[in-house]
Parts: sequence; C-alpha cells; structure tokens
Amino acid sequence: MDKWEDNRAWFLVLPVFVIVAFSAIIPLMTVVNYSLQDIFGPGERIFVGVEWFKEVLHDSRLHEALLRQFLFSGMVLLIEIPLGIIIALMMPKKGWAASLSLVLIALPLLIPWNVIGTIWIVFTRPDIGLLGAAVNGMGIPFDHTASPIQAWITLMLMEVWHWTPLVALLAYAGLRAIPEAYFQAAKIDGASSWAVFKYIQLPKMRGVLTIALLLRFMDSFLIYAEPFVLTGGGPGNTTTFLSIYLVKIAVGQFDLGPAAAFSLIYFLIILLFSWLFYQVLQNAGKGGAQ
Amino acid sequence: MKIKKRTIGLILYFIILMLPIYWMLNMSLRTNADILSTFSLYPKDITFANYMKIFTDSSWYSGYINSIIYVTMNTLISLATALPAAYAFSRYRFIGDSQMFFWLLTNRMAPAAVFLLPFFQLYSTFGLIDTHIAVALAHCLFNVPLAVWILEGFMSGIPKEIDETAYIDGYSFPGFFVKVFMPLIRSGVGVTAFFCFMFSWVELLFARTLTTTQAKPIAATMTRTVSATGLDWGLLAAAGILTIVPGALVIWFVRNHMAKGFAMGRV
Repeated sequence: MDKWEDNRAWFLVLPVFVIVAFSAIIPLMTVVNYSLQDIFGPGERIFVGVEWFKEVLHDSRLHEALLRQFLFSGMVLLIEIPLGIIIALMMPKKGWAASLSLVLIALPLLIPWNVIGTIWIVFTRPDIGLLGAAVNGMGIPFDHTASPIQAWITLMLMEVWHWTPLVALLAYAGLRAIPEAYFQAAKIDGASSWAVFKYIQLPKMRGVLTIALLLRFMDSFLIYAEPFVLTGGGPGNTTTFLSIYLVKIAVGQFDLGPAAAFSLIYFLIILLFSWLFYQVLQNAGKGGAQ
Repeated sequence: MKIKKRTIGLILYFIILMLPIYWMLNMSLRTNADILSTFSLYPKDITFANYMKIFTDSSWYSGYINSIIYVTMNTLISLATALPAAYAFSRYRFIGDSQMFFWLLTNRMAPAAVFLLPFFQLYSTFGLIDTHIAVALAHCLFNVPLAVWILEGFMSGIPKEIDETAYIDGYSFPGFFVKVFMPLIRSGVGVTAFFCFMFSWVELLFARTLTTTQAKPIAATMTRTVSATGLDWGLLAAAGILTIVPGALVIWFVRNHMAKGFAMGRV
C-alpha cells in the first residue's frame, strides 16, 4: 500500500512525541551521565570515561547472566508464540463462549507481577501447594529451591502460564480483523484448513504477531519481579537473570556508575535484537505478500 | 469431530490456566494458620475475614482506588494521543517516520532499576510526586508506544480507498475519523485499551517510586503484608483475587469490540 507523502502528518504524531519524550529523554541522559562518572555522594563525582563500561564488559558473572537470559528468552519465544497462535485458533468466534474465553484468558495478565511470584511460591510448595503436592504425589521429589533444573522448569511454567494469554489475545484480535470474504473465497476454492492458515490467517496476523514477538522478547529479557520473588535468583546463581544481577549491583552494592553502564549495555542489547526481529518480520511480510 | 477435538483442547488449556488462580481463591477463603498447616483442595471452613479486612481498612481499599484512578487516566491519555499518531504512521510518509516509529518502542526496552532515581528527580522537579497524574504520565512511557504499535497494525489492515471514498463523499478529517474510521478499527481500540489498562495495572516499580501515600497503588500495598510474623498468605491471596476484578470488567466491556472484528463494505 503506497502511503501519502505529507510532512504535516507530524502534527498528528506530535502529542505522542511530547508525552513520551517528557519521561524518556532526561532520565536517559542522567543515566548516561552516571555511567561516565564515579559518584561518592551529592556533588562529589569524578569523570572516569568509559572505565565502567570496560569493567562491566569483563565481568564474568554478567556473561553468565547474559547467557541465561538468552536461553530463557529464547525458550519463552519458542513456546509462547506457537502456543498462543494455537489457542487463538481454538477459541470460539462468537457467542457467550467467546466472551467467556476472552475474560478467562486475560485473568493471569491482570495480577501484579510481584503477586504472581508470591502465589507461585505457595502453588509449588510440596506441602501446601497444588502443583508441588501433585508432582510429589507422582513420586518425583519436587523442590525448586534446591534443584536448578526444577527451578528453571518452575520459572518457565510460570512464565508460559502468565504470558501466553498475551500472545493469544493479540493473535485472536488479529484473526477477528480478517474480513469474512477471505474465508468464503477459500471455501469456494476448497482450501484445506492448513492452507487457510498458511495463506490467509498467518500473513494477516503478521502485524499483531510482530508486536507479540517484540513484546514477549523485551519483557522476558527484562524479567525481574517473578523470578526474584519465586527463586531469588537461586539455587546458587542458576536463575540470576540480567535484571536480578543489575539490581544486586545498583541497590545491593550501590555502585551507581557500573550499574548505569550495565543498564546502557543491557538496553542496547535489547534494542539490537528487537531491531533485528523487526526487520526480519517486515521483510518476511513483503516476501509473503507478493 | 474436528471441532470437538478443538473444544476439548481449549477446555484443557483453560483448566490448567485457572489452577493457580483457583489456588489463590482457595487460599483467600482460609485463615493464614489453616493455609500453612494443612493441604486442602478446597476451603473447608470458608472465612471471608480476609476480604472484610480489605474492604474495611482504608489503607487497603484506597490502594485499589488509587490504582483505578491512575490506570484510567493513563488508558485515556494513551488512546487519545496514540489514535491520531497511529493513523499518521499507517497512512502517511513523512520525514523521520520509520525512525520515530521504532524510537517509540525503544522506550519499553530500558531496565528500570537505574532509571528510577532520575525518574524520581524529574517528577519532583515538576512537583508531581505522590499524585495520580505522575504515575499516569510515567506509565505513558511504555503504554503510548504500545498503543501506537497495536493501533497502527490494525489501521494498516484497512484499505486506503476507504479514506479516499469518505473524503470524496464530503467528510472532514475529524468527521471521517470518528464516524467512519473508528468503527472499522474498534477491535483494535478494544485490544489496545485493554493492554494499556493491564500494563499500567500490574506495573509496580514506577508506581511505587513516584508515590508515597496519596496515590499509593494496590500492588505496593500488597508488599506490606510481609510483617514480623511472616507473610499473611490469606490476606495476600484475597487482595490478589480482588486485583483481577477491575481488569476482568474492562475486558468484559471491550469483548464485543474484540470479538466482532469488522464488516467490510460498511462505507
């Protein structure tokens, strides 16, 4: 679709720009400022250049946390995106069943993140929690505070439980926005449901799926409250993701300089990957449409 | 037969989805001592004490009121600013459009921990600390970009010929936007409204940093249940159940907009 060329469109974008820039620009500049200085107290600071960046880049614990983070986010995307699409396809299109499914599926999304972690602590406890007791009942000793593998499985379960509904809701809304005429045409052509999915539903969902994928990537990469509450980064450091490690430096050790440098590197990694995903999905769409 | 398999799959998924929430409900109807001492699939002696405490203690229920106020403000601001912007991005080419579009999303990518301090300083400079509008504005940082992105996706799905036809028919831009265009993208508006509400509702770090008492959100109130005697799980679970209610109402109201999609040939 060719767009109209008109720079006056900026007037339509201006309110958004102002309202976002108000909160975005000054804090970002301040963090850049922190990252270049050694701060002892108010008014006592020395310019140290890129010293903090060097220190952070050579921190082996950060490398480990980064690896864990990629593993976690990769698994999140591989599980949640296909699962979300499948659920959206299964959900009824109209009537009371559609309303009910929409409300039910949204429920996990509406619980504050710190509370999700807390609820899952109880839910997975072998003595008083349903999941923990059930797994124990099957003869598998369950204790996510001792076994790294079980801690990961528990976190993934919680994450998939919590966030797949987001993908499903977006995909569902994308599916409902496809005009009925497309399906009628496909029916006349005798297309299989797989063909309908591949040539109509999936291409038409590209926009919402791009958002879903970017959102899930960014938010899972920034995940903090849920693992912090559920496992506290343990056992050992096995579930210490980037944010948890960052908070340890920023709040625990109160090293504002390195923490700021860390934040900026962290931010740039997310930026780079989001941009790559975005480009790939944009181009995939162009190829598919022709 | 195929439809049946589908339904069974969906019901199974919903059962799994509801289990942790059921467990929370189960806990909310029991006393703390009961929760910690016995495993029980359902509350044997149902007690509403946890809920009564929340409804009668103003430090509890004011948390809900504060959250609802700033979340509503945030959702309205996000939608009002994002609708025209998303239209511009979906219909026009202008200087810096793609850079601007992507820049918006970058505001969701910063790890919050270190940004909280400058955030606090910025909002105190404007004297906004402990006001609802401060939290609403701060949440615009991540909700406005999201709203623009989701709405742009839906708007791009509407053929441009519809705009052209409407202008030929003599609609002014505002008239066209409200009377013709908005009904076409209402499933998108419904989804966007819900997501703005949801992300603002569950966010804790900004909301807690920018408030002290007057605008303190419910999620921050809930962290208070950690006391000298340990967590009051029953109270926390009851508060958790109640945090779901407002959002469930929102999605109930927008469900038709999400479910109906749009009918072509309306214009």
